[in-house]
Amino acid sequence: MIPAAFSYHAPASISDATALLAQYGDNAKILSGGQSLIPLMKLRLATPEHLIDINRIPDLAYVRESGGVLSIGALARESDLEESELARARFPILLDTSKVIADPLIRNLATVCGNLAHADPANDHPATMLVLGAELVAVGPKGERRIPIDGFFVGPFTTTLGSDEILTEVRIPTPPSRSGGVYLKLERKVGDFATAAVAAQITLSAIGTCERVGIGLTNVGPTPIVARRAEEFLRGKRLDEGGIKQAAILAAEESQPESDLRGSAEYKRDLIRVLTARALRKALERAGGGR
Amino acid sequence: MHVQVTINGEKHQADVEPRLLLVHLIREVLRLTGTHIGCDTTHCGACTVLLDGRPVKSCTVFAVQAHGREIMTVEGLERDGTLHPVQEGFMQEHGLQCGYCTPGMLMTSYAFLKKTPNPTEEEIRWAISGNLCRCTGYVNIVKSIEYAAAKLRQGGR
Repeated sequence: MIPAAFSYHAPASISDATALLAQYGDNAKILSGGQSLIPLMKLRLATPEHLIDINRIPDLAYVRESGGVLSIGALARESDLEESELARARFPILLDTSKVIADPLIRNLATVCGNLAHADPANDHPATMLVLGAELVAVGPKGERRIPIDGFFVGPFTTTLGSDEILTEVRIPTPPSRSGGVYLKLERKVGDFATAAVAAQITLSAIGTCERVGIGLTNVGPTPIVARRAEEFLRGKRLDEGGIKQAAILAAEESQPESDLRGSAEYKRDLIRVLTARALRKALERAGGGR
Repeated sequence: MHVQVTINGEKHQADVEPRLLLVHLIREVLRLTGTHIGCDTTHCGACTVLLDGRPVKSCTVFAVQAHGREIMTVEGLERDGTLHPVQEGFMQEHGLQCGYCTPGMLMTSYAFLKKTPNPTEEEIRWAISGNLCRCTGYVNIVKSIEYAAAKLRQGGR
């Protein structure tokens, strides 16, 4: 399969890249890992006239922590996150997520920021970043702005990112002590998108109640879904088995799945219930409150 | 556009359209046909090559992206008539039937064993999960990689 012809640009800096975006606007696409974009171009579902390859821009491939924030640069690959000792030690939920994206070969090119900017409702990082309360850094011709992730995803393949902006970094606040999180995904086979998946992140108070809780759902709606009613139900409560089960039912009610090759809507909704309960139990265990 | 790449240690150059995929540069322009095209949809891994040492699907990279970079293909494994231990392993353990997936399997295995010299079976299966084989059911492929790992640990190349 041969993509439609395009002009190729390989800017050496972010400012050169945003200048190109300002010039070509909606006729241009950013190429980072390319593992979603190139397949779409081969199918001619995407036919950008200009491709702006940011892979030659130096110093964007970082995963680092400073000042209580984990920063992931635009060119950090999924495999970089998988191999990051920092992520392994401090953010097991990120490792859970990266490990189930596509397959190991694709993860050698696919980027974390691309997974967010592409905004496929089936992508895995959005739900995880939502429950972690991440913040995005976008650079455009007028400079840099910070975008809270809540509200970033407005529809399938649609975000609040401007057509002249580049997502350059995702910033994740380091969770306080007594926090735990997990990402659980059911896929038919390696490389497939989620039939459904759930991200859960909790912080326990000193007395063991649920101080903070985030529950994010993947591929059961036009965007990743925050299960707000389930979260609200758990806030301030002790995470006992009865509470977990009730929250799981609420999360399932908040999902908006559609029937497709991966299963019926009814099946997927029940899957959300099962995965949410499992995710909350695992998050509780990781937060050190599992006993 | 002008593209210059180093493949298996040898410099190559070509004038290509930006939309030319790396696998087509390798196979059709440079005539290195050891790398296969399987599904052409980023699933099967038959087209796996190493790009700066990392295994990637060359049907999902544009040739222009490889400009100035190092590529290793299956042709780069054998040296002076001696098979690389991963090739020897696939031969000794019958790690192939039709052979279509083999170049990709070999490149993934080669890169994996460099990083993980003493792998468990589960780690091997995880590592090759982006390479599909429709003949053998993977049992002999796993054995082949275990063979290669043992050989490499004994000081093979």
